[in-house]
Amino acid sequence: MDNQLKLTCLHDLHLELGAKMSPFAGFDMPIQYSGIIDEHNAVRNEVGMFDVSHMGEIFISGEDAETFVNHIFTNDVRGLEEGKILYGMLLYPDGGVVDDLLVYKEFTPDSFLLVVNAANIEKDYDWILKNAEGYKVKVENASDSFGQIAVQGPMSEQAVVDLLDIEEIRDLGFYSFLDAEDEDGNRVIVSRTGYTGEDGFEIYAKPEIIRDMWKWLLESGVKPCGLGCRDTLRFEAGLPLYGDELSADISPVMAGLSMFCKLDKPEFIGKDALVKQKAEGPARKVVGIELKDNAIPRAGYPVELEDGTQVGVVTTGYHSISLDKSLCFALVDAKYAALDTPLWIHIRKHVFPGIVVKKRFYQTNYKK
Amino acid sequence: MSKIAEGLLYSESHEWVKVDGNVAVIGVSDFAQEEMGDITYVDVPDVDDEIKAGEDFGALESVKASSELYSPVSGRVVEVNAEVEDSPELINEDPYSAWIIKVEMSDASELDALLSPEAYAEIAK
Repeated sequence: MDNQLKLTCLHDLHLELGAKMSPFAGFDMPIQYSGIIDEHNAVRNEVGMFDVSHMGEIFISGEDAETFVNHIFTNDVRGLEEGKILYGMLLYPDGGVVDDLLVYKEFTPDSFLLVVNAANIEKDYDWILKNAEGYKVKVENASDSFGQIAVQGPMSEQAVVDLLDIEEIRDLGFYSFLDAEDEDGNRVIVSRTGYTGEDGFEIYAKPEIIRDMWKWLLESGVKPCGLGCRDTLRFEAGLPLYGDELSADISPVMAGLSMFCKLDKPEFIGKDALVKQKAEGPARKVVGIELKDNAIPRAGYPVELEDGTQVGVVTTGYHSISLDKSLCFALVDAKYAALDTPLWIHIRKHVFPGIVVKKRFYQTNYKK
Repeated sequence: MSKIAEGLLYSESHEWVKVDGNVAVIGVSDFAQEEMGDITYVDVPDVDDEIKAGEDFGALESVKASSELYSPVSGRVVEVNAEVEDSPELINEDPYSAWIIKVEMSDASELDALLSPEAYAEIAK
């Protein structure tokens, strides 16, 4: 095994459970425990938990924090209430995506928490520092001080209330969070967020606390789930993965995520490029495609017209576990991105017909 | 530890062959199905297709990945297991009963290149 791989604070517990491990974003991560289908269904029907301690936590505070976050972030944090969370992106000036992330408005004034993708922690931190010149802000990469567990599924609320013994958790709205303390005064952040299309929570705390929580949740019957089903769940819910459906080459306009880019803000990095792309229409778009056959489209497979002309490429594909259909996201020429457009996918030696459908394949069940 | 059935021959790419006269019955090993996880789709050739030893004749798909099937022998496909096509999970449940295709061999000497259960045990770990 590559000894350069980083380990999360729960690594030895995954090995104890017999998880299948694999490198992901520089970490040795659990892909599955009991099996992807079993874990996927646990999250859809009951409750499962994920070790997402590899995710990054970057704090931005100081007099200019709000102005600065609004300068680098596509969504609008002006006047964002304490305890609220926004999804959005950091962009390059050309509209390409540095990362997609969550921004938490902290309960202390002028302070934000940015939760970023594991693979992009260093890149994001450098990008933020580089752009912070002239702003009165303090930027702290606290990724190594936090572990994180995502508890997801229709029974997640009860599981998290039982774990933390905090009834207020029931009242948390989607994309809200609260701060708690353990008996030793250590900070615990609980947010109603996730990456599965189900109701769910993400809990951040220092590594030792996260270990205790994981063990407690396991004991109480919450199913451990690996990155394998994390991907099948987010895919069905129409959520992008950085690197597949969003990247330096795939802008939020191309990805169909313009609603998280507030073009009415006075300015933010990448705004001009997005305004131009929206006006002209992007050359390519990310679409959903449903196949008529059960053959499975995989990332990299060509998307074609009936005559064999290639007009795009698959970015993520599965035989959907919850919907029992072969589905994919694909980046295609914008001319062929309209709903109901027939497209063909080349899978090994054969070509399979499909049609463009909405990317949210699965009806999500978020807390209202 | 994966199971290795006696009385079969194995390829280095984890297919097994049961020789029945002139016909080779082909499936995948317990090791292969364990490595793949839940199998959700089997891509098989048509009856009467000619296949060649060492070349891919189809694929198995798990939730996460696809894995090509390589033919241990050359010949003509005489039967495809429709049951496995309909219920790919049979391969996970019992890989040595869930055969995938039957091939009428054109060159039975190709069997000599395959591995005994003992030799395959060295690879399947």
